[in-house]
Amino acid sequence: MAYVVPRPNLTWKEKIYLPSIVAGMMITFKHLKRMLKGETKVVMQYPEEKWDAQMPEHYRGAPTLVTDEHGRERCVACQLCEFICPPRAITIKPEEIPSGDKFAKVEKRPKVFEIDMIRCIYCGLCEEVCPEQAIFLRKDYAITGITRAEMVHDKAKLYELGGVFTGLVNKWNPKK
Amino acid sequence: MSTETAAPAVPMVNVQIDGVWLQFPKGTRVIEACGQAQKFIPRYCYHPKLSSPGNCRMCMVEMGMPKMTPDRKPVLGPDGKPEIAWIPRPQISCAQDVAEGMGVRTGSPMVEEARKGVLEFLLINHPLDCPICDQAGECRLQEFSVEFGQGESRFLDEKVKKPKSVELGPRITLDAERCILCTRCIRFMQEVAKDDVLGIVERGSFNSIACHPDRILDNNYSLNTVDICPVGALTSNDFRFKMRVWFLKETKTIDVNCGTGANIIIGSRENTIYRITPRENNDVNGVWLPDSHRLNFKYVADERRLTKPTVKGQPVDWRTATAIAAEILKAHTAEQLWLVASGRQTNEELFLTSRLIDALEIEKQHDILPRAGEPDGLLIASDRNPNTTGAKLIGLCTSKPGSRLKNLVEGVRSGAIKTVITLGEDLTKCGLTAADLKKLDAIIALDILPNQTTPHATVLLPASAWVEKRGSMINVKDRLQRLNRAVAAPGDAHDDWEILRDLIAAVSGSNGLAMIEDVFKAMAADHSEFAGLSLSKIGDLGLPVVSEKAPEPESAAAH
Repeated sequence: MAYVVPRPNLTWKEKIYLPSIVAGMMITFKHLKRMLKGETKVVMQYPEEKWDAQMPEHYRGAPTLVTDEHGRERCVACQLCEFICPPRAITIKPEEIPSGDKFAKVEKRPKVFEIDMIRCIYCGLCEEVCPEQAIFLRKDYAITGITRAEMVHDKAKLYELGGVFTGLVNKWNPKK
Repeated sequence: MSTETAAPAVPMVNVQIDGVWLQFPKGTRVIEACGQAQKFIPRYCYHPKLSSPGNCRMCMVEMGMPKMTPDRKPVLGPDGKPEIAWIPRPQISCAQDVAEGMGVRTGSPMVEEARKGVLEFLLINHPLDCPICDQAGECRLQEFSVEFGQGESRFLDEKVKKPKSVELGPRITLDAERCILCTRCIRFMQEVAKDDVLGIVERGSFNSIACHPDRILDNNYSLNTVDICPVGALTSNDFRFKMRVWFLKETKTIDVNCGTGANIIIGSRENTIYRITPRENNDVNGVWLPDSHRLNFKYVADERRLTKPTVKGQPVDWRTATAIAAEILKAHTAEQLWLVASGRQTNEELFLTSRLIDALEIEKQHDILPRAGEPDGLLIASDRNPNTTGAKLIGLCTSKPGSRLKNLVEGVRSGAIKTVITLGEDLTKCGLTAADLKKLDAIIALDILPNQTTPHATVLLPASAWVEKRGSMINVKDRLQRLNRAVAAPGDAHDDWEILRDLIAAVSGSNGLAMIEDVFKAMAADHSEFAGLSLSKIGDLGLPVVSEKAPEPESAAAH
């Protein structure tokens, strides 16, 4: 759907630009002053120093799988993330949950769940498309390895990175 | 059979659909008439090949009949057409035939409201487990909810719990919660399979599909109920939780398990076949397919598939294998050679086989291996070879396939036959024993899987399975149909026609055939039945080919 951005009606003050330029220069000089006084720190010594504490909640790091507070793996292997994944980094093989299992009524879970972190572009579409709130992009951004195989996160690794996620919609829990 | 294919003698009636006057043959269902007028009516219980119980209420439309004057004359509007008196309540369109002067509204506010209401009722107890359900992606409940339903549920109470994961039979699992009770499966078993094992049990909102207590759903046509199930209530055990349907590449081809040549769709992803479903062709199989045929594809992905040409058990490259085979063939006289072709070969392969026979000057020392079975009166023909008709037409066998095989056995035992070429057939099934095979100078075998003959083969050429090749076949009712490639052949295996072409070239020089289309063209030049045709002209539904030879007596026709 085409959306036309309305042009703002500028006042004569805005049209001559000079007040804005002056205001901008004021900010620049303020920062220069703080720099000269040693109040602003510019360089961060990565990896000794990290920015992790300032990371926003919506930061998109490595995709991970999560379990709920009952220890159930939330993924039901619907393969929508595999479908949506633009670089085709995700491989899923579904399996039926055996009838003796605690979560047998969920019926389906992933047997194999692999994300190739060499391919992953951290776009977050997998998280967005997930109907079960099972895949989340967490804050791990330094994903390294010395072999290609190491860069493929298997199911165990994904659950290790994801951990437990509480407070989500638990549609599989028995109702009171 | 659907009513729209009525004979031309049927009188036409005028029907107004969404304000446009159209003509339909008398006896057409209103739902079909609307479909023909490009106004799709959503439906669950209605299926063109089954009876119409009208129980799902999804296909409701507004209908009306011409307004009548007191002397029973239609009131004409300003346009000269009859004015319509609309019925004040929506009507189901699946159980109503068109009538003269009938009016139908398919998109009026009343119809839209009715559809919304029906969908809301259907979804009241639906578990909404689409992420798990195998039907997701081809589910009519999903599709119609998006297209005709309302966006949200107003239902606050707890949903009714029903049995899940019920084994109805060896191949079918039922999830009663997903079922919308359209009864298509019940009617299919009654009307088509004639094996009335399904029914509805329990009352009210606990209604659920169940088998007769003493019976299980083990009919050889049971998987068709999965195909016609509009939701994910009936699922195939073979396909359950294996792959999401939206990943499947659909290849239109034909079944090769018997002479019927049922039209099918192969669903494959990344070179793996996941399922086979029937494809509508009212001249061959309708919309049905036997379970035994649709599940018989696992051998194609067998680990033991032949992937490399071998000479005396040693892997060699194709050039060497073909050259050695040609040397063996040239070292023998035509009288010392016998060729066993196969009724499972495509017309193109059979044609190249006939060229090979000509090149080797073999006369009458060739035949195909007949396969006979019990016809089931529905879709399984007694001839279990898919292309016996083609083999007869191209001249690989006499009108009695297999009648010459006794000459092969006698010849091998007397020592007159020194070398046998077999194109996909196990020689031990032609009457020869392992001791007989050891007596031979050489066996040139083309096959896809190891069998009793392959260990004795001097030259073993790995070929392609039916899902891996293009070509054409002629079914028992003389219909020319097309095979298409769904997956690639494993390893070094070649297309059968390429192997035969290379063999002919090695025996008698080049033949200028580069593509399978060239083979068809050459075949059309030799056999008038194929004249003017090509693989693309056969089309998805096939064509009847008129045989110029005397019609063969058919032991049992399909249908």
